[in-house]
Amino acid sequence: MTVYALKRLFLFIPTLIIVSFVIFGVMRVIPGDPALLVLVGDQGEGSYTQEEYDEVKKKLGLDKPLVHQYVNWIGRVLKLEFGSSFFYHNLTVATELKARMPVTAQLAIMAVVISFIIAVPLGVLSAVRQDTLFDYVSKAITISGVAMPTFWVGILIVFFSARFFDYLPPLRYADLWEHPWHNLQQMIFPALALAFNNMAFTARVTRSSMLEVLREDYIRTARSKGLVEMVVVFRHALKNAFLPVITVSAWQFSRLIGGAVIIEVIFQVPGVGRLLIESVLRRDLDFVQSIILVTAGLVLVVNLVTDLCYGWLNPRVRYA
Amino acid sequence: MEFNAGIAIQRTGVQRAYPVLRAVVDFSRRKPLGAVGGAAMVFFIIIALGANVISPHDARKLNADYVFAPPSSERLLGGDSVGRDVLSRLIFGSRVSLGVGLASVALGISLGALLGIVSAYLGGTFDLLVQRVVDAFLAFPAIILGLTIVSVLGSSVFNVILALVFVLTPGSVRTARSQALAIKEMDYVLAARAVGADSWRIVMKHLVPNCMAIFIILFTITLGLAIIVESSLSFLGVGVPPNVPSWGGMLSEAGAGNFDRAPWLAIVPGVAISAVVFAVNFLGDALRDVLDPRLRMG
Repeated sequence: MTVYALKRLFLFIPTLIIVSFVIFGVMRVIPGDPALLVLVGDQGEGSYTQEEYDEVKKKLGLDKPLVHQYVNWIGRVLKLEFGSSFFYHNLTVATELKARMPVTAQLAIMAVVISFIIAVPLGVLSAVRQDTLFDYVSKAITISGVAMPTFWVGILIVFFSARFFDYLPPLRYADLWEHPWHNLQQMIFPALALAFNNMAFTARVTRSSMLEVLREDYIRTARSKGLVEMVVVFRHALKNAFLPVITVSAWQFSRLIGGAVIIEVIFQVPGVGRLLIESVLRRDLDFVQSIILVTAGLVLVVNLVTDLCYGWLNPRVRYA
Repeated sequence: MEFNAGIAIQRTGVQRAYPVLRAVVDFSRRKPLGAVGGAAMVFFIIIALGANVISPHDARKLNADYVFAPPSSERLLGGDSVGRDVLSRLIFGSRVSLGVGLASVALGISLGALLGIVSAYLGGTFDLLVQRVVDAFLAFPAIILGLTIVSVLGSSVFNVILALVFVLTPGSVRTARSQALAIKEMDYVLAARAVGADSWRIVMKHLVPNCMAIFIILFTITLGLAIIVESSLSFLGVGVPPNVPSWGGMLSEAGAGNFDRAPWLAIVPGVAISAVVFAVNFLGDALRDVLDPRLRMG
């Protein structure tokens, strides 16, 4: 297992290098000259001279050839200096990520936990009562979770709660540790919107995994011993059916780390996703590159940890 | 529906005469829900193709008389914030959702499947390289990847399709590769190699046709994803240009402030997106059960 983990960690290097190529390439082809944006602003109201333009370009390192720019950037990243914003000098990638990663992580954890709490009983019950009305209703709910776009669920929640509960997406974000109650009030709605989508998948996996296990011999043995159905279902079946469910939840978590973008925009949650969108739209090249690189690295690590946990929970799994 | 044994389709005279029709009838009998999904898709595609004829009004014409007009016999789904006919916009919007969805999925899956099969067949360095590139792309959040590519290329229908191809291809490389790896070890591939077939022939005559089932399944499953990502991009304002009616764009125009006056603006386009994705998923699930029961996930 150690060998396997090391091998996987080693494979991160080429993957991250390719990620860096792709993101650097894409960012440098984006139309829109950041040097110009710095000088004249969004609306193009400022004026500047050629000297000023050259100077800004030089300061941002945009006057050098692309290869040079790339090497510069990677060199800094390797020293863990992720750079700062082109536009706001006090904004560095490190401080921004430190401020926003916990917010996104909290959102992702809440979403996964909520979906877990709802989906697992739903999946277990619909497996136990296969092909009954309950099964069909739960199927309808889970399929709606997949079919309804998350952002639509999000805006419906915002609109309805604005209409009926006088809720508005907060203008100021409340910190979890300073104002836990306010923070939870702000985060519960976006977390619910994300959970609705995740829940669908978790419930389906729980159901099919349970169906498989319920057909096993040891379940028949347990029943014929005269065990109460509850014990059979929860202690014998669910325990064995749990692995795929955990994998799916972990996978969803890693997906949400970078993928809660739209929900963060709709609910004005100051997380990594919103940071990314804002920086892409203002052509903050170094910023976007570094954030994506860090996020991608994080996703890879979470995936690896998931795979390792899988083997730890289920010794039958062999790593190839 | 989980326990349907794989009933072999019997070859009757009728089937030989009308094989497609017969297959469709068989499919509908075994998987009524899937058939409903398929029929719904056909219905949506007809609407998209015939948008010019079907839509009752001009989808882009502003009309001061119908600003936030509630649904009426004149305007079945009411008017939006500048008085455009919501129903007509919905009908024209289906062109973007379905057109972009189908085109990007067709391109992305074909590219992905071919790359995956070749990668599995060749193995070695090429396989390792392709897999790392796939890893790299899968580490990007889909929306961010699409968003960045569209902002690079500029917003147009074609560029959204291109961006979606980048989003959809890596996943299908993975799936096709794992399928092809299994097929590669089959005896008939060995037999083909024994009689001297070259790599090109083995890939094209043996691997590709045997991956067809997974191709069809991937197509339907990915289509739902493509439609959702496209509408998300349009919702964020980086999808199709704002003057083209699209469902995602309609949702972003709905606006929280108007929800009291005109709730249908925020509901109708979302229902349309969900209905299409519903239909595709039902069809996809049923096709998967029929074509390849081993792939069933839940």
